[in-house]
Amino acid sequence: MVAASLSTPTALAGAGPGSWVAALLANATGGASAGADALAASRARAAQALAQLPVPTRRVEAWRFTDLAPLTALSPTLLSPAPAAQPETAARSLRLVLDGHSDPLAGISLPAGLEPIGGDELTNTLGQVLAATGSCELWPVLLNGATARNVLALRVRGPVATTLELVSDAGDGEGILPLRLLLVLEPEASLEVLQVHRSSGANLTSVVLEARLGEGAELRHGLLAPGAETGCLLATVAVEQATGSRYSGVSAHGGWALGRLEPRLVQREGAAHSALKALQLADGRQISDTHSQMVFEGPDGRLEQLHKAVADGQGRSVFNGAVQVPRAAQRTDAAQLSRNLLLSDRARIDTKPELEIVADDVRCAHGATVSRLEQDELFYLQSRGIAADQAARLLLRGFCEEVLQDLPEAARPWQPLASLLGEQGR
Amino acid sequence: MIRPDAPLLLEIRDLTARVEDQPILKGVSLTIRAGEIHAVMGRNGSGKSTLSKVLAGHPAYTVTGGTVLYKGDDLLSLEPELRARAGLFLGFQYPVEIPGVSNLEFLRVATNARRAGKGEEELDTFAFEDLVRERLQVVQMDPAFLERSVNEGFSGGEKKRNEILQMALLEPLVAVLDETDSGLDIDALRIVAGGVNHLAGPDNATLLITHYQRLLDVITPDYVHVMAAGRILRTGGKELALELEERGYDWVDAELAALDRTPAEVG
Repeated sequence: MVAASLSTPTALAGAGPGSWVAALLANATGGASAGADALAASRARAAQALAQLPVPTRRVEAWRFTDLAPLTALSPTLLSPAPAAQPETAARSLRLVLDGHSDPLAGISLPAGLEPIGGDELTNTLGQVLAATGSCELWPVLLNGATARNVLALRVRGPVATTLELVSDAGDGEGILPLRLLLVLEPEASLEVLQVHRSSGANLTSVVLEARLGEGAELRHGLLAPGAETGCLLATVAVEQATGSRYSGVSAHGGWALGRLEPRLVQREGAAHSALKALQLADGRQISDTHSQMVFEGPDGRLEQLHKAVADGQGRSVFNGAVQVPRAAQRTDAAQLSRNLLLSDRARIDTKPELEIVADDVRCAHGATVSRLEQDELFYLQSRGIAADQAARLLLRGFCEEVLQDLPEAARPWQPLASLLGEQGR
Repeated sequence: MIRPDAPLLLEIRDLTARVEDQPILKGVSLTIRAGEIHAVMGRNGSGKSTLSKVLAGHPAYTVTGGTVLYKGDDLLSLEPELRARAGLFLGFQYPVEIPGVSNLEFLRVATNARRAGKGEEELDTFAFEDLVRERLQVVQMDPAFLERSVNEGFSGGEKKRNEILQMALLEPLVAVLDETDSGLDIDALRIVAGGVNHLAGPDNATLLITHYQRLLDVITPDYVHVMAAGRILRTGGKELALELEERGYDWVDAELAALDRTPAEVG
């Protein structure tokens, strides 16, 4: 429906990222369906804000190491990917395919505990978690808000035994695939979600997930995004947690010309548990970026964060881990560790913890390591007859598996390691 | 078992080596024939661990002189993995933890590399599982350790058992066991030593590197070498180890001091 209205994309009016946004907005807002869907009002607001916001350059702190050039080189049109081949679905897993325009729930019967959110409730709820996590004005969020045509919005009651798989494959088409997701977990609800985003061409997958966790709710969240040499990924995961809730996010992305993940968590009254475990890979001339933000707005909150990165070739890995512990957040217990593997002289790793601690009775640990493969580990493997290159591969896989093994079971058919290391045919 | 006509497995001649700019080995000579069990004893810093690492080809050590023949061929020109495939095994004093790499996969890859070195067919996962379960009994190891990452979170004793399990799978011709007894309680020592005894045969040889006599109470050496300041000071039978136990290492210092004076006066 959207694709049809985009058969004549507006050409670039001139050079520069600003005109790229203008062209994109013209293409995204044009067409007969504009205004016809539930997102129209919020889309118009986002478009207006996006038009006024300069495209971030490396002079902006949050983008200091991350050049958006690969993105603004893409065609400023909306993409409607064709259905792509997929692996078998894992047992006890429900797969919903997101293509940006059709209803992913069409013809699907949702398992007990899941129901769609629509109408006024959707209009009222959408964007609230973004606001709570201070994400509304982020450029990738505005870009998503200004272009997304629909939203997958689900309410979760009680424990849901089925893993929800939310998958997209931008394929080899050109343009932008905006995906918008909303999950509302009622108190004591629990759910496992796996996002899988793939691409094989010059396109952008823009995804924004908002998740609200009621008291005592639990969300186990995996995000697997093996990319394409020319593709871009901008993923925002905004999570608002009530007391006693548990959020556990495991993510892995790599292989994108530009891949950036922004997990933004807030514990509204503290006393919740948040865990972030991430792996990112950058080879060739790729950029892999994670900007995470954790805000404790009340006491007794916990965070466990492990961020791992591998940079090879001329790849560039960026990690910025913000943790805010204001005065109200006494007895916060937060630990952040950034572990980086530098495999080439021309690769680059930038890693930065960013702790703002005002409360005085807290435990906030952070650390960062950058190293090559450990000589002692290599020698140990070699001394068992394993050739140096095979030993290096084993160690690299081991480094990655420490994160990947915590992805939801449903990730297994997607072959996380092989897909991220580019070891499988598509 | 000493048989003068047994094939020569390892001939070390005047071996010198350094780590960074520090000379550690200052002329080590040692000959090992099939069927023999040798023990190298010495204080910390005497160079005995360095000897084991140089034999296995650790990149941090540079050989500055001498030769090592393995079954008559130059050993030192081989990459570490080729030494292993040819049948040289180093049991590590501190086995390395490798997070994320499954012990089972590691053992399978290593076993198949050695099998290829012997001209044998690689084992598929099923055949290998059968083999590894059989060899686990040599060290009475819980199969649960196969599912874990290599040595990660293993106790000292479990790591050493895992070393001897590797030895049981790789079936080396020359096993160099570096301080295999360190960090073991009596039970673990008995199990590990039992594994080593079980694997020692007429066609292979074992070089034990140890600080204490107690390992030699359970594994009887044919030869004992006392090492100090990068040299082998004295070689004898198993009674030499007992003498060391009784007299301590002080006489070694005295002997060494005498030795050091002589070249100084000459030079």
